Amino acid sequence: MKRTPLYEDHKTLKARLIPFGGWDMPVQYKGVGLEHLAVREDVGLFDVSHMGEFLVKGTGAKDFLQKVTTNDVAKLYDGRCQYSLMCYENGTVVDDLIVSQVSNNEFILVVNASNIEKDFAWLNQHLSDDVTLENLSDQKALLALQGPKAQNLLNEFLDTDFSGLKYYHFQPAEYQGINLLVFRTGYTGEDGFELMVPAEKASLFWNDLLKKGSVFGIEPIGLGARDTLRLEACFSLYGHEISDAILPLEAGLGWVVKLDKGDFIGRGALIDAKETGLKRKLVALEMVEAGIAREGYEVFQEGEKIGVITSGTHSPLSKKSIALALVSAHKAQVNDEVQVNLRGKNRTAKVVKKPFYARAS
Amino acid sequence: MAVDQNKLKYTKDHEWISLDGKKGIIGITEYAAEQLGDVVHVELPQVGQEFEQGDTFGSVESVKSVSDLYIPVTGRVIEVNDVLLDNSEIINEDPLEEGWLIKIETDAMGEYKELMTNEQYQSFLSEEA
Repeated sequence: MKRTPLYEDHKTLKARLIPFGGWDMPVQYKGVGLEHLAVREDVGLFDVSHMGEFLVKGTGAKDFLQKVTTNDVAKLYDGRCQYSLMCYENGTVVDDLIVSQVSNNEFILVVNASNIEKDFAWLNQHLSDDVTLENLSDQKALLALQGPKAQNLLNEFLDTDFSGLKYYHFQPAEYQGINLLVFRTGYTGEDGFELMVPAEKASLFWNDLLKKGSVFGIEPIGLGARDTLRLEACFSLYGHEISDAILPLEAGLGWVVKLDKGDFIGRGALIDAKETGLKRKLVALEMVEAGIAREGYEVFQEGEKIGVITSGTHSPLSKKSIALALVSAHKAQVNDEVQVNLRGKNRTAKVVKKPFYARAS
Repeated sequence: MAVDQNKLKYTKDHEWISLDGKKGIIGITEYAAEQLGDVVHVELPQVGQEFEQGDTFGSVESVKSVSDLYIPVTGRVIEVNDVLLDNSEIINEDPLEEGWLIKIETDAMGEYKELMTNEQYQSFLSEEA
């Protein structure tokens, strides 16, 4: 079992640790509900150091990334990030990731913890001559600071005004002589930042942020609340809404797939799928009757099986059970009623508009 | 009013029962509530239903998982804690009192005697951990 640099800090905070993708991670500290609300109302700090960081460099770096990702890298400039996907030839998903341009010859990729080795091998396999690929995952730690008060805290913490750092942009910063990168990105649906720091300094940042943040109501946040938060915001999780058996177009990620940008791996298959007509789509469900709709549970409409749940949980904010489901493309329109088989019992759910939660701008 | 844990008896599945004559009150222990995390949904039986010792009489669901509830002694349900259906968090807040699940009528004194005392249950917990 792998451990992040903050393992001992989690134990000190009496976190409940669980195995996640080969890592010993905190699932909760004080409770999923409390942590979820702390992020929605104040500010929360997440250890996401288990995620992977790659450095792609060289004169061919930008062209290479254009080839292996679905989003349009030509739209990037220094300090700009974009959410993107890597697809297989058949159009299904290798991983979702964030691509950030340091310069035209240098890019940082942040990938899912469970896919680090797979993604590295995939990129290596397709590497061009004028590109180098480096795995920085062990050298970097990633901390996510998310919530309406995140900017107030970070401004004070780094003695910098971050109001000028726009969403999906990043900039370098310094703390006690230590260099770090501040990305205005996140996985919660709130305003926030992700801080890329040297792994050996992770504990310093973690503890100092918790201390400085206490006046803002900061809480350490575990993977349990990370999941309830992202699900409320209708963000995909690899292995659930996207995978090597799901097309990004089925998962509602067409906005990240720029078929017109030029050739990329998977483009042919995705164009074909679009022309033939998608067979499945991702819908948001709200349970009308109590109980959590969990991954794998079957979804029915008028007695006919139409699909399965990809992710489900209970929202501590709305106090409703919410879920995402991959279903037949022509069924389950918004406001329709469907049934979910909850361990042998059919329970009613309503198809609702995505997302379940959006922050007031 | 703090409940006297020594007056309760316990099962290996982390249920407790408080017996007064033939009337028993049943719930889950603090350990169980803590392990579950935030309880979001409870399934309770109907009044009048009868169960044999060890039968599943309901379930508690948290974000993490669903746990079946096993009846500590044979008996008939005479009351269920309906308040929990809309306020399942009470189970986390007060599992030994306000968070009671069902009340039963039972003749199974022999079964009751075999259940763990608080001391035995605490021992059992330290072995489990």
